[in-house]
Amino acid sequence: MNEVKCECGHINPQGTILCESCGRVLEDKEKEKQLVDMRYEGSARRSQTYNKTIIDKIWNFFSSVKVGVWLIIILLVASSLGTIFPQEMYIPPVMPAWEYYEEQYGWLGKLYYDLGFHNLYSSWWYLLLIAALGISLVIASLDRVVPLYRSLKNQRVSRHESFLKRQRMFSTSDAVLTDEAVGKIKENLTKKRYKLREENGDILAEKNRFSRWGPYVNHLGLIIFLIGGMLRFVPGMYVDEILWLREGETKAIPGTEGRYYLENNQFIFEVYDKDKDEEVFQDAINKAGTVVKNYQTDATLYQRQGEIVPGEKPELEKIRDQAIQVNKPLKIDGFALYQVDYKLDEMSKMAFKLENKETGDQFGDVTVDLYDPEMKYDLGKGYKVEVMSYFPDFEFNEDGEPATKSRIPNNPAFIFKMFTPENTEGEVSFVAIRQNLEPLGENDYKMTFAGIETKNVTALTVRKDHTLWIIGLGGLIFMIGVIQGAYWNHRRVWLRRINNQVWTAAHTNKNWHGLKRELEDVFSDSGIAAPEDQVAEEKKE
Amino acid sequence: MVELSSNFLFAAFILYLVGILFFGGAIKDKRHADKKNTPNKWAKIGLVVTIVGFLSQLTFFILRWIASGHAPVSNLFEFTTFFGMSLVGAFIVIYFMYKTPLLGLFTLPVAALIIAYGSMFPREVTPLIPALQSYWLHIHVTTTAIGQAILAISFAAGLIYLVRSVDQTKKTKSTLWLEVVLFGLISTLGFVFVSSFFAATDYSANFNYINKDGQPATEEYTIPALVGPHQFELTDKDRFEPLFETPAIISAKKLNTVIWSLAAGIVLYVLLRAILRKRVAAALQPWTKNINMDLVDEIGYRSVLIGFPVFTLGGLIFAMIWAQIAWTRFWGWDPKEVWALITWLFYAAFLHLRLSKGWHGEKSAWLAVIGFIIIMFNLVAVNLVIAGLHSYAGS
Ligand code: HEM
Repeated sequence: MNEVKCECGHINPQGTILCESCGRVLEDKEKEKQLVDMRYEGSARRSQTYNKTIIDKIWNFFSSVKVGVWLIIILLVASSLGTIFPQEMYIPPVMPAWEYYEEQYGWLGKLYYDLGFHNLYSSWWYLLLIAALGISLVIASLDRVVPLYRSLKNQRVSRHESFLKRQRMFSTSDAVLTDEAVGKIKENLTKKRYKLREENGDILAEKNRFSRWGPYVNHLGLIIFLIGGMLRFVPGMYVDEILWLREGETKAIPGTEGRYYLENNQFIFEVYDKDKDEEVFQDAINKAGTVVKNYQTDATLYQRQGEIVPGEKPELEKIRDQAIQVNKPLKIDGFALYQVDYKLDEMSKMAFKLENKETGDQFGDVTVDLYDPEMKYDLGKGYKVEVMSYFPDFEFNEDGEPATKSRIPNNPAFIFKMFTPENTEGEVSFVAIRQNLEPLGENDYKMTFAGIETKNVTALTVRKDHTLWIIGLGGLIFMIGVIQGAYWNHRRVWLRRINNQVWTAAHTNKNWHGLKRELEDVFSDSGIAAPEDQVAEEKKE
Repeated sequence: MVELSSNFLFAAFILYLVGILFFGGAIKDKRHADKKNTPNKWAKIGLVVTIVGFLSQLTFFILRWIASGHAPVSNLFEFTTFFGMSLVGAFIVIYFMYKTPLLGLFTLPVAALIIAYGSMFPREVTPLIPALQSYWLHIHVTTTAIGQAILAISFAAGLIYLVRSVDQTKKTKSTLWLEVVLFGLISTLGFVFVSSFFAATDYSANFNYINKDGQPATEEYTIPALVGPHQFELTDKDRFEPLFETPAIISAKKLNTVIWSLAAGIVLYVLLRAILRKRVAAALQPWTKNINMDLVDEIGYRSVLIGFPVFTLGGLIFAMIWAQIAWTRFWGWDPKEVWALITWLFYAAFLHLRLSKGWHGEKSAWLAVIGFIIIMFNLVAVNLVIAGLHSYAGS
């Protein structure tokens, strides 16, 4: 690598604009300017130095803040498009998505669907944009942070005249620097927490250099955050399951490979009651009608003992009882179970009586467990009932035959065979809610509906997310970085004796107003002029 | 207690208006115009009045919190007034840093307008639905509002900068857009006038209509319906018969409110123009002539710099923590979340443009104005129009 040796003796990397050590202007172009560009201390950035190979070109492209800002703006506009209509995950699953968009929003909705905006945030081009942003963050940061670090580390106390006079804040005084004046200035600077360095009677006061690293720290945080987001796609890092659980039911928690079981003891659904709840809520409750107060599953958590033996009932050991509510998930071993949905009063048992149609005499009870019906019920004395078919969610299918839509007992129906002393061959009866058919001809007996039991069902989301801590770490680092960069400023003050004059200059990376006020304080009654804003001077003229 | 607390809100509102007068006086007072850096007597009184107003609103906030048992940031009225209060708070802090009465003259009217706007929504104390029963929610909402309020200071500073710097002697795009921004503020005032007027007269008109699922539904209007809902039928007698009907997917009631606000805004604006005989911004310009432009620019930048981390913390990080607990995932691409992301990206772009592309002065001021529009869009339009998980059932 070619290096540039400054007149002061310091060896700078190729591409350096201001000597890292003394600040002398090394580039001819820069010499014409009235003020030096201090943004990266005139250090040698790769992107400004090389532009030959394809790698250089890619590097230069992504290291440009202009490109970065464009990426941010494009991402911003793209994101807003996704909020015009709801995303697919938020539409009711009543019909195919394309149909829904067209029906609800007309041709615009159709276009929205056709362009893929209904799943915008997981589209390849959106993810590509985020990836480009990430690459840009890394490259732009590396391009700057390394040379900036070098320059700030190598800086010397006595800066070259050409450097000082091209600072935005600069002044000269035709005064002799008395020890008293120096002492006062130094004391004031120390009071303002500047760190002082002296060389040949020149002074460099500096504070809050660490704030210069703020942007790089925050970008690092963002990168970690994005990596965390990507890890979700690695198998095993992320579990997203749903567990429907009826009252009284115990099931293995999905995703835990049968290690944990959950029992639903009770599901509670409460609404605000205008008589019982706080009076202040009355008006709002009257207006809204019902306002839900609580969704809660009283659950018991179990752990399985021993190995899994297929077909054998697992041996469970109770771990604890816990109420799962919205905002209060149950946590176990990296898993969290959230209250997300419910169903009230699902039918669980149906009771019938076998009845002689003529006399009305009844013979015994048949209580059918709708989740797991027994097939034979012996009522004694020659009375018997058999379940020939069971349709938990009954409908007539396309061929007009009885069928079931699902295994959930939303609309149970049965075909019973009734055996009585009169009819030892059995009579067939079809029983559904408010229906009683006799498909094979007139019967002597019927199954009379005798009651129903219901249960509430809860739905819990089972979630494991091993990416969370990485994402959290990224967020934390980002916050540290922005605060570091935003709430502190890197300030420097130079003081040099040149011939019979005293030169002062100062620099801050932001908040010039604050610097000016500080300098006024520091130099007040020292006989030396505080550095003055050359930019503001220019404007006034 | 709720009623008592409302009195404190009202008192605060009046005090802010009084504060505006004093800050106005501070600028008109020529005697002190050239003595820089020392605010005059008017400004000092203005500041005291503003602080008393802020404390009064804080009292409202605390009393309402005690009365309802939860931080009062859970419906549109509560959130919006809290945002207004944060804006005043942010102004007070920035004032101590920069001592510019002119900032008060521009910030307080915006804050008062926001509070008035929020007060047009139902003011009952609402019980919390399960998803909202989390202290993380309250931390998230308050921090976000404070962050947005600090960012909004840059809007006030940007407005001052533009009023001062846009050349009013000729007609340009800048003069036009500046008038549009001011018209936006005036229309908000229009909305407040219209809503208050019809609320005072207890106007109510009920409609039967067919909603977007093809089902019959009813709707109550509290201001006269210029546009009626889909296939409407007015069920009250002697009420204004709508002139138009909307398709089912558009909420006619909201559209109606927007039309009324804009109409009232136009009336107010035309009136102002007739009285002032020049652009509204041109009429404001003389008030800004003594201000140091670099200082205003700096205030705008500083407030973004201070507000950005606070907003990130509240609007994104706390929001994600809460979402993880309440909705099982920290991010769900819900419209409100997306608009928080957009706000954040926008201010990130602002900072980058400023730092690296040297966008100072007028460009930066325009960006501050756009940023505020995005914030207000998220607060108003996303809540009322693009309803998602977050939308507080505001009417
Ligand atoms: C959403 C994404 C981003 C956020 C939130 C973000 C945030 C920030 C913040 C807060 C600063 C400090 C600004 C200031 O102190 O005024 C900064 C500086 C910077 N950012 Fe970003 N940034 C993002 C993306 C990018 C990208 C894509 C690039 C790539 C070009 C980039 C390059 C830079 C550079 C070069 C600096 C300035 C460092 C300096 O001049 O000292 N940023 N960023």
